Amino acid sequence: MSTLKLDLENYKELLQEYIKTKDEQALYQAEQFSKHSMQQNISPEEIINVHIQSLQEIYPDMPEYIQSSMNFLLETMISYGLAYQEFQTLREKQLELKSEISVAANMQKTLLSTVKPDLSDIDVGALSVPAKQMNGDYHHFVEDGKGNLGIAVADVIGKGVPAALCMSMIKYSMDSFSGIRTDPSVILGNLNRVVERNVDASMFITMFYGLYNSNDHTFTYSSAGHEPGFYYYKDRDEFEEIDVPGLVLGVSPEVSYKQYEKRVEKGDMIILLTDGVTECRQGDRFIDQEEILHVIKQYSHLPAQGIVDQVYKHFERLQDFQLRDDFTLIILRRNV
Amino acid sequence: MDFQSCVNIKKEWDIVGARQLGRDISRKIGFGTVDQARIATTISELARNIYLYAGTGKVCFEALEDMNKKGIRIVATDDGPGIQDISQVMEDGFTTSGGLGAGLPGVKRLMDSFDIVSTEEEGTEISVVKWLR
Ligand SMILES: Nc1ncnc2c1ncn2[C@@H]1O[C@H](COP(=O)(O)OP(=O)(O)OP(=O)(O)O)[C@@H](O)[C@H]1O
Ligand SMILES: [Mg+2]
Repeated sequence: MSTLKLDLENYKELLQEYIKTKDEQALYQAEQFSKHSMQQNISPEEIINVHIQSLQEIYPDMPEYIQSSMNFLLETMISYGLAYQEFQTLREKQLELKSEISVAANMQKTLLSTVKPDLSDIDVGALSVPAKQMNGDYHHFVEDGKGNLGIAVADVIGKGVPAALCMSMIKYSMDSFSGIRTDPSVILGNLNRVVERNVDASMFITMFYGLYNSNDHTFTYSSAGHEPGFYYYKDRDEFEEIDVPGLVLGVSPEVSYKQYEKRVEKGDMIILLTDGVTECRQGDRFIDQEEILHVIKQYSHLPAQGIVDQVYKHFERLQDFQLRDDFTLIILRRNV
Repeated sequence: MDFQSCVNIKKEWDIVGARQLGRDISRKIGFGTVDQARIATTISELARNIYLYAGTGKVCFEALEDMNKKGIRIVATDDGPGIQDISQVMEDGFTTSGGLGAGLPGVKRLMDSFDIVSTEEEGTEISVVKWLR
C-alpha cells in the first residue's frame, strides 16, 4: 500500500505536467508507470482511483459530475482487473505445465529408448524426431542372439501427450511378448488385443513389424495399417512399395494378420517409415514419394545411418525447420 | 450471529437491491470507492448465482468490528441443488462465462477470506469477508 501511495504523488505530478505541457515526455513516463503498476499487480480500477484522487487534489473545485463519471468508469473496470488477475494465474499454470511436459518427455525418451543393433551382415540406420515435445512415433529393435532381428515401427494417430502415453503401453506389451514367438503376424495379433482392450476407441495405432533372419537373409513382415515402406533392388536399381493389407490396431478384437516373406539380396535395402516422412510438406505442397526415393538414392553411397540423417536434413530444410508431424525413418541394407 | 440486513433474491432485479444495500453498509463502515466497487461486484456474483442456479435465496450483510480492524461479512445462502465439485468450480477458467475472470474464483480474489459450505440437494452457503485497510 505504501508503494502505491508513493506512486500517487508521482502520478499526480505526471498528470499535472502533462495537462500543462502536453509533452510527449510525460506520456512516455505514463507508459512506464503503467508497466510498473502491472508488475506490482495493480489492477485498472486502482489506477482510475489514483487518477480520481489526483484530479481532486489538482482541481479542488472539480465539478461533481466529473467525480461521478469517474466513479462510473471505475466500476466498469473491476471486471477487467479480475480478468487480468486470472490471466496471470493461468500463465503461471501454463509455465508449470510446460515444465512438467518436458520432464515427461525426457522420461518417455528413456522409456522408449532402443539400441540400434550392430550386426555384421546388415547395416542399420534409424532416426526418430518428434514434431512437438513428445513423440507419437515408436520404433524398436529386438535381437534374439540367433541371427534374427525384429523391427517394429508404429505411429499413433494423434499427437502430443495422449499419443505418447499410448506408446509407452505398446512398448511394455511388446516387451512382455518377447521370447515367446517372434512371427510378425503373431506379434501384431497379440498387440491388437491389448490395444483393443486398453486404449480409447478414438485412438488408432498403426504398426509395421518385420523380422530379418540373417542366416538365410529372409525378411518376414506384417502390417497393421501402417504407412507403406519401400524395398530397393540393388541389381535392378529400382524401388518397390511394400504395401500390404492389415487392419489398424485396436479396431476389432480378433484380427489375424497376414505375413509375407521376401528374400534379400546383397545391397538390397528395406526402408520403413511413418507418415511424418511421406507427408512432409513444402508450403501447401505435399512431397511425393518420388522425391523421397530420389533423395535416398542420392545418398545411397553412404552407410545406412548416413542416408537416414541426410534424408532428415533434406526434409527438415524443405519444411523450414518446423516439423509438422513426428518423423521416423529406418533403413536396413544387406552388406554381405 | 445476528444478520439484521438481508436481501431476498427471487428475481434478477433483487441483485440490484442487494448491491445497493451492500454498498450503503460498506460506505458507512468506511470503505473507499475501489473497495465499494469490489464489494458490489462480489454481491452481484453471489446473488446472480443464487438467481441462476438455486432460484431463490438471500444475501446478508454484517458489519464486523474487531479490536483494531473493521470489515464486512457477506453471506449468500440458498437451498438449491448445491455445488457438487467445489474444487473444480474454484479453478480458474472453469466458469461458464469463460475467461471473464469473474465467477467464484473472482470473488475469492476480491475478498480477504472466502468459504463455501454446500450439500447436494440441500443448498449452498458462501461466506466472504473484506477488511478495511
Ligand atoms: N448457489 C449455487 N447453487 C448451485 N450451484 C452453484 C451455485 N453457485 C455456483 N454454482 C455452480 O458453480 C458453477 C460456477 O459458478 P461461477 O459463478 O464461478 O461461474 P458461472 O456462474 O458458471 O459463470 P459466471 O462467470 O458468469 O459467474 C456454476 O456454473 C454452477 O454450476
Ligand atoms: Mg456465476
